[in-house]
Amino acid sequence: MAEQRKLWPFHGGLHLDDHKAESNASPVRSVALPRRLILPLQQHIGQRAEPVVSVGDAVRKGQLIAQATDYVSASIHAPSSGRVVEIGAAPIPHPSGLSDTCIVIETDGLDSWDELPAAMPDYRNADAADLRERIRWAGIVGLGGAAFPTAVKVNTSGQRPIDTLVINAAECEPYITCDDVLMREQAADVIDGIDILSHLIGARECLIGIEDNKPEAAEALRRAIAGRASGHDDRPIEVVVVPTLYPSGGEKQLILLLTGREVPSHGLPAAVGVLCQNVATVVAVADAVLRGRPLIERIVTVTGGGAKQPGNLRVAIGTPIDFLIAQAGGYSTHINQLILGGPMMGFGLRSDKVPLTKATNCLLAASRTETPNSQPERPCIRCGECARVCPAQLLPQHLYWHARARDFDKAQEYNLFDCIECGCCAYVCPAHIPLVAYYRFAKTEIWAQERDRDKSDLARRRHEARVARLERLEQERKARLRQKKEALDSKSGKTGAGDAKKAAIEAAMQRVAAKKAAQQVESGTE
Amino acid sequence: MIAAVLTIAIMATLFGLILGYSAIRFRVEGDPIADQIDSLLPQTQCGQCGFAGCRPYAEAMAAGEAQINRCPPGGEATMIALAELLGRDPVPLEDVEAAEKPKSVAYIVEEECIGCTLCIQACPVDAIMGAAKQMHTVIVDECTGCELCLPPCPVECIHMHPLETTPLTWRWPFPARTGSEGAHG
Repeated sequence: MAEQRKLWPFHGGLHLDDHKAESNASPVRSVALPRRLILPLQQHIGQRAEPVVSVGDAVRKGQLIAQATDYVSASIHAPSSGRVVEIGAAPIPHPSGLSDTCIVIETDGLDSWDELPAAMPDYRNADAADLRERIRWAGIVGLGGAAFPTAVKVNTSGQRPIDTLVINAAECEPYITCDDVLMREQAADVIDGIDILSHLIGARECLIGIEDNKPEAAEALRRAIAGRASGHDDRPIEVVVVPTLYPSGGEKQLILLLTGREVPSHGLPAAVGVLCQNVATVVAVADAVLRGRPLIERIVTVTGGGAKQPGNLRVAIGTPIDFLIAQAGGYSTHINQLILGGPMMGFGLRSDKVPLTKATNCLLAASRTETPNSQPERPCIRCGECARVCPAQLLPQHLYWHARARDFDKAQEYNLFDCIECGCCAYVCPAHIPLVAYYRFAKTEIWAQERDRDKSDLARRRHEARVARLERLEQERKARLRQKKEALDSKSGKTGAGDAKKAAIEAAMQRVAAKKAAQQVESGTE
Repeated sequence: MIAAVLTIAIMATLFGLILGYSAIRFRVEGDPIADQIDSLLPQTQCGQCGFAGCRPYAEAMAAGEAQINRCPPGGEATMIALAELLGRDPVPLEDVEAAEKPKSVAYIVEEECIGCTLCIQACPVDAIMGAAKQMHTVIVDECTGCELCLPPCPVECIHMHPLETTPLTWRWPFPARTGSEGAHG
C-alpha cells in the first residue's frame, strides 16, 4: 500500500555503504549501571538547567535533579538512585573537549524509583497544555541529535495549523541502527507516541518516513498500526518506505520527500504545516504520557571496526562512555578514533571519559579505514561535484571561498545557515577539502561576532544612560544652587538686612584700620 | 539666445528652490556618519583612543580629525571595517600590544574591598554594584573590560580576569590541513 505513494526526491544526496548489518543483527542489550553517572546541565539547545539538588542529597531514580530555567530549556532527572557527590565542571562530549557544569551521582545499585506522576492513559480527553507540561516535565529533547526541547517544538499555538505529522525514521547515516532496533522492538510504543502527538497538535495524518534498508522495522510498524485498538479519533498513520539515499533523514529533506512541501530558508516546518519528530523522541513521549516516566535512558549504537562487539545498548543517560564501551566488549586493536555520531556528521572525541547525553545516538569506534577522510587538502579544481550532491541546493564551493577568506557577510549571502552539515560535499571532493569544517568555522565565527555586537550594543545603551544620568544630576545640582541663591537674595532684599550687613562690615573694617593705625603710632613712639 | 538664457535661469532658480526646500524639509539631525562609525566601535568606553569614550572618537573620525587606528579593543578587524566605511587606507594599529590582549572582565576581591565607591564612579557602563562602606561587585555580563576602574582603587583589589571559553562560546578552528593559513580579506 505504501509503495504507491508519490515521493518528491530532493536534490543531490549520496548512495553510501550503510554498514548497518554490523550492529542491527542482535537485540538491544542492557548494560550494567556504572558507579558514577555524570549529567551535564546543558544537554539541549537553549538555557541550561538549574540544579535543584545539592551535594550529599540522596536521589531516587526518576527524581528531578535540574529544572528547566527558561521556556527553551529541558529538565534533567536522576537516571538511577544514589547520592549526589559533586556539582561542578567535568568534561562533556563536545568537539571542543571543554568542561561544563555537571551533576555527578554515585549510584547505590538499588535502582529504586522515585514516586512518578500519574500515567495519563486518557490523554485524548486531557488538555493540550497538560500534555505539553508532561512532555516538558519529562525533559524530552529531540533524540535524533539536535536535542531541541520537544515541549517547545510541539507548542504549535499561534502558528499556522499543522496538518501533517512526519515521523523521522529514515536513520540515513551509515553505521547507526539505534532507531532501527527501537522500531523492531517497540513498534507499539512508537504508534502510541504518534497517537499522542497527533492528538496534541491536531494533525490530520501521520507519515512515517523510513528507508528501504530497514524492512523488518517497517513491517513491525505496519503490524503495530494494524493492531492498534481502533475507535477514538485516531488519525491515519502511514509507513512510507523511501529509497536509501543519504541524507533523506534531514528534516527538510524528509519533509520534501514525503509531502512535496519545501520548508523555506530560515523557516520552520510549521511554515508549511508540518511537524517532524524523530522516532525515538516519539517513544520518549509515550513513556512520559502513558507511564509517567522521564527521559533517563536511551538506546545507543556502539559500532565500527574498532569495537569488539558492535550492537545496540540501552543505557542510562550520564553513563561514562569508557564504561559503556567496556560493557559493549571493549575496543579491538583496530581502533583509530572514537567518533560521537556517525561517520558523516559526527565529531571525534578527544577523550572517552565523558558522559553519554540525551542526544548521543551512536559511538563509532572507527578503524583506520573508517576514519573520515584525513588526506591533505589540495587546491579546489572547481569540478562542481559538491554543488551536484548538496541536498540543500547550496553552492558549497562559493561558501568555501568566502569562509576561507573570512568574508562572512558574503557567506551568509550564499545562505551558509541553510547548510545542514551533512558532509556530502566534503565526501565527494576530489581535492579532499574539509568543506564542512570551513562552514562550521564560519558559523561559529558569525555567532561570536553577533555576541560581540549584542554586548557592544548593551554597553552603548548603558553608557548613554549613564551620561544622561550624570548630566541630569549636574543640572539638578545647579538648579538647587540657583534656588538657594535666589532664596537668599529675596530674603535679604525684603528686610534690607543686606545693606545693614554691608554697613556693619564697613564699620568693622574702619575699626580694624583705626586700630592698626593706633598700633603703628604706638610702635613708632617706642 | 534670450530664450536659452531664460530657460537656464528659470531652471536654476527652480532647482535652487527645490534644493533649498529639501535642505529644510529633510534635514537630518545629528551626524549619520558618526552613528555608523559608532556602531562599528566595540563600545568598551575605555578611552585608550585618547577620547572620552567611543562616541567622541567616532565624531572625531567623522570630522576627519582622528586616525582610524586608535582602538585597541577593536583590533585590526575594527580598523579594517572603519577603513572600508570611510574609504581610507588601512593603517597599522597604534598600540599593537594592547590590541592583542585577551578579552577580560574586572573582578573585585571582595575580602579586600573597603567600599570606597571610587570604582563605581569610574565605570563608564555602570557595571559595578555597591554602596559606601559596602562591598562592591562587578556585573560580569555588563563589564566591557575597559580597566578604567583599576587606577582609582586605593587598595588595588580589582584584577582583570580573562574571559573563559565555554562550550557555548567556543569556535571551530580554521581548518588548516595544508599548513598554510588561507588568505585574509
